[in-house]
Amino acid sequence: MLKRRVPLNPHENVQIQHSTPKNTLAYRGKPPLALLLVVYPWTQRFFDSFGNLSSPSAIMGNPKVKAHGKKVLTSFGDAVKNMDNLKGAFAKLSELHCDKLHVDPENFRLLGNVMVIILASHFGREFTPELQAAWQKLVAGVATALAHKYH
Amino acid sequence: MVHFTAEEKAAITGLWGKVNVEEAGGEALGRLLVVYPWTQRFFDSFGNLSSPSAIMGNPKVKAHGKKVLTSFGDAVKNMDNLKGAFAKLSELHCDKLHVDPENFRLLGNVMVIILASHFGREFTPELQAAWQKLVAGVATALAHKYH
Repeated sequence: MLKRRVPLNPHENVQIQHSTPKNTLAYRGKPPLALLLVVYPWTQRFFDSFGNLSSPSAIMGNPKVKAHGKKVLTSFGDAVKNMDNLKGAFAKLSELHCDKLHVDPENFRLLGNVMVIILASHFGREFTPELQAAWQKLVAGVATALAHKYH
Repeated sequence: MVHFTAEEKAAITGLWGKVNVEEAGGEALGRLLVVYPWTQRFFDSFGNLSSPSAIMGNPKVKAHGKKVLTSFGDAVKNMDNLKGAFAKLSELHCDKLHVDPENFRLLGNVMVIILASHFGREFTPELQAAWQKLVAGVATALAHKYH
């Protein structure tokens, strides 16, 4: 797995920005957080207080999951606006996830995976290999930034 | 050992029936080489891999991709015995090809992404979960004979 920081080049930056405005439509159908909880069921342990997570449809329809998913996505929007300084942008969230939430950083990579898959399913053939490469670089960067303040 | 429910097996098999193995194979291997460029080191003899379009259009990549995906079809037919089904390939990848098993997980990732991009809304969360279980099982099976 790539550990060193690989900055996004200007071409990738443009590609990501162009694919972002339409993203909000994609998430109405398949919210990333809900999908994470379905595909990687052990992640549900971080959301004990969220109520009914007993089946994929329960998860996808759960209002607390939807609300929290929206929060996560908004914060991901910060990544897209701060591609040159992900560690700075996510410093506070990194501390929160380590000190208060105790989330294993591996889960950030899983959520990143889920986001790429959602983009692929929404954009279909428009989700070219180059776009996929740029997005995977971004989600890896976000995962690294979120893990950066862990101790 | 990975265990698949009857519903998961039916879902996986149903989707697999709609996959164009030749086209998807080339795309899967091509995307692996584009998105994770270090994997190109295993394909030195394949000719021009100098850009995403060169990679995606490379005939050797397409041909080998088809081979890889055909073999993945064996996974779909042998979901209850992935380790057995991939034993020989595992030995090959360890002893002859010297491929780091992490790359099997990367290819599995790429396959799920391709399925999502081809099938759109039809690629439901449940289907995704089943397929991710399968690709993880295949990656483990391929790593099983490593020493």
